Amino acid sequence: MTLNDLLPPIRGFQYNFAFIDEGVKKEIRRALLKAVALPGHQVPFASPELPIARGWGTGGLQVTMSIIGPDDVLKIIDQGCDGSVNAVNLRKLLVATTGIRTTFDSREATVLQSRHRLPEIPLRSDQVAVLQVPLPEPLRLVEPSEVETRRMHSEGDYARMWVSLYEDVVQHGAVSLGAGYPVRVNGNYIMSPSPLPRWDLRMLNDAEHLTLLGAGREKRVYAVPPHTSVRPLEFEDQPFTVENFAGMTCARCGSTGTFLDEIYDEKTGLATRVCSDSGFCDLVREGAVPRRGRLAHG
Amino acid sequence: MDDRVLVSVRGLEKRYGPGCGSCRELTGPDRGTNVCPQCGTVVAMAGVSFDVREGEILGVVGESGSGKSTLVQCIYFDQEATRGEIRFRGQNNDDDILGLPRSEKRKLRGRLMGMVYQNPLRGLRMDITSGANVAEKLLEADLFHYGRIRARAAELLARTEIPPAYIDRLPRSLSGGMQQRIQIAKALANNPPLILLDEVTSGLDVSVQARVLDLIRELQRELAVSMIVVSHDMGVIRLLADRTLVMKDGCVVEQGLTDQVLEDPQHSYTQLLVQSAL
Amino acid sequence: MTTTMMSCQGLSKAFVMHTRGGTRIQAFHDVSFGLSEGEFVGVSGPSGAGKSSLLKCLYRTYLPTAGSVWYTDGAAETRDLASAPEQAILRLRRQEIGYISQFFPVIPRVSALDTISNSMVLRGFPREVSIQRARDLLERLAIPRPLWDLSPSTFSGGEKQRINIIHAVIARPRLLLLDEPTASLDAASAQEAVSLIRELKKQGTAMIGIFHDRSLLMSLSDQVLAMEAA
Repeated sequence: MTLNDLLPPIRGFQYNFAFIDEGVKKEIRRALLKAVALPGHQVPFASPELPIARGWGTGGLQVTMSIIGPDDVLKIIDQGCDGSVNAVNLRKLLVATTGIRTTFDSREATVLQSRHRLPEIPLRSDQVAVLQVPLPEPLRLVEPSEVETRRMHSEGDYARMWVSLYEDVVQHGAVSLGAGYPVRVNGNYIMSPSPLPRWDLRMLNDAEHLTLLGAGREKRVYAVPPHTSVRPLEFEDQPFTVENFAGMTCARCGSTGTFLDEIYDEKTGLATRVCSDSGFCDLVREGAVPRRGRLAHG
Repeated sequence: MDDRVLVSVRGLEKRYGPGCGSCRELTGPDRGTNVCPQCGTVVAMAGVSFDVREGEILGVVGESGSGKSTLVQCIYFDQEATRGEIRFRGQNNDDDILGLPRSEKRKLRGRLMGMVYQNPLRGLRMDITSGANVAEKLLEADLFHYGRIRARAAELLARTEIPPAYIDRLPRSLSGGMQQRIQIAKALANNPPLILLDEVTSGLDVSVQARVLDLIRELQRELAVSMIVVSHDMGVIRLLADRTLVMKDGCVVEQGLTDQVLEDPQHSYTQLLVQSAL
Repeated sequence: MTTTMMSCQGLSKAFVMHTRGGTRIQAFHDVSFGLSEGEFVGVSGPSGAGKSSLLKCLYRTYLPTAGSVWYTDGAAETRDLASAPEQAILRLRRQEIGYISQFFPVIPRVSALDTISNSMVLRGFPREVSIQRARDLLERLAIPRPLWDLSPSTFSGGEKQRINIIHAVIARPRLLLLDEPTASLDAASAQEAVSLIRELKKQGTAMIGIFHDRSLLMSLSDQVLAMEAA
């Protein structure tokens, strides 16, 4: 019995396990190994054309497809929610081409692919986070030339990145960047943490788990190995702050210490706040985990 | 002025092209050309050597194509010298720094040198505020404290006689004279021992030029910083420089005390240059 | 017994005009003399004899063609000024050797007070002391008070020359070279300038001077160097 025997054919056509062929997977894995060995460094990879449009998470998808095996348990979220359209479609594709088990409970997943959020429950050392990245180059903000940004990384010449933060403070009194706040990895490279909110950055720092990041259109992968420092860029006298949800509660589970989304009821015109991490919110409502109180954020 | 040598330049060369055995021989002031007739290589600078002492102002005078701008660009690592050695007192065990890796050279440059270009477009980023331009130099030297960056930038702008409100204005909205002052402020940011000035007043109106030169002179006296002043204008050289190099076709044809070079020039080219001055 | 400060031996100066096909013009030839502290050597001779050129050679504005100028400085070190390194010359000019000519390189937009006091400040005197001495000398040479804060570039010839003189003498140089210092002065200012010069001489400053007024030259000089047209 072979792997292919386990898989149901899709409309009579037999896909390779996890959709992309083994040659493609091998190349990506090699790139990923290099990325893990050089925390925060962007490694180019082939990112071949797939019958999937760019901008739909092909980077993160290819990473997941390269590392996933039949015994893995997969969770896919988009903006924290398993039920969003993109997450649903990606999940369907992966299940159809692998037959693996999926879950909404982050504690059960071995591979967690995400766009824009990390789960509220910290990941363990046996779990891998795969993040979808639109723009892997944090310096693109200040420098349009790829040749120049590569030089800047190689020489640690990051002054211009800092200058843009300075200008931000001058104009707004504080650094006003929201999602995708630039971070320094392992005290070395500056990295874009994908469009994670500031709230989630602490989850990357000295984490138990491995984080892999893939940008399909830009053809780059990068990684943060476990127990690696990830520090947001901050001036000594301008401490980094996270989103402020003081005085707010999740309307579904009662937590006061999670990242909240604002939902508008079209009929009533009222705004309610609910946990962005829908899976966590469900677990609290089921009584499987306690509701989250206010956390001390660093 | 200290007698100690701050910077020592030996055999600095810059060639564009493949080079052949006869390049040096077939180019230079005696041949009246920079271009090797045999291989077409341009010898922009052919083995220049000199010292700059602490607190000294060295003038470099010459016409277009003399190699004077190439000289300061190679010292500032804007261009990569083909050959030669540069030594900075107290750096790299007083050994040559040209051979160091680029990232180290960049760090050294941030600490040891400031540069003011003739064209502010080269020395400033026009799309960030004048304060940010100065901040960039400070950040290169690893000053990551916003309050202190702001204070230092304000201090430098004040010292270069720029109105305080301009700290948050874009250089492109300011006059040429102001832009040069911002460049000077930026050059002074990390208190470097050496400042390079490449034709800094050449594009300015005469009255503006005068004030910028005054500022440079005052700052030099106050800070006792060493300077290399490149100019084609002998008035500027006479005003600022203690000693002067005269360059032609990539070579130094004469060097000496500024008043001696201008009043008793020895080399035929220097005599021609001095006579031609208005 | 006064110490020898300068010993000029066989000094010659010729100009080679490359732009005139290498024409050689002799400014002066084989000049020798000795000078001690507090001594005044007067240089006499007709126009074109090379008197100014001699002074310029001693100051190193001109490069001597032959001969040597042995100078013993304040630290009792002796060197040949004709071949000394530039740093040494610059240091001596700042610390010890002053020069007054009729052509004062006026630095525009710097006040008379600052211009003058600066030569003292350069020698390490504190600013307040230098400014005070500058004021004293400006008053002595009758420069009107309102002019003190103005740039000498706007002054009359006589006023400029007085600034020139003060600038050179304020820090009491060991050696002073004078090229017609009183030429553009009226009688009263000239007299005041001369008394200033005599004071300096008494305080030990050695001098080499050119004066077109022969009687003045003779009254000041301990020694006269007579130059002839080359």
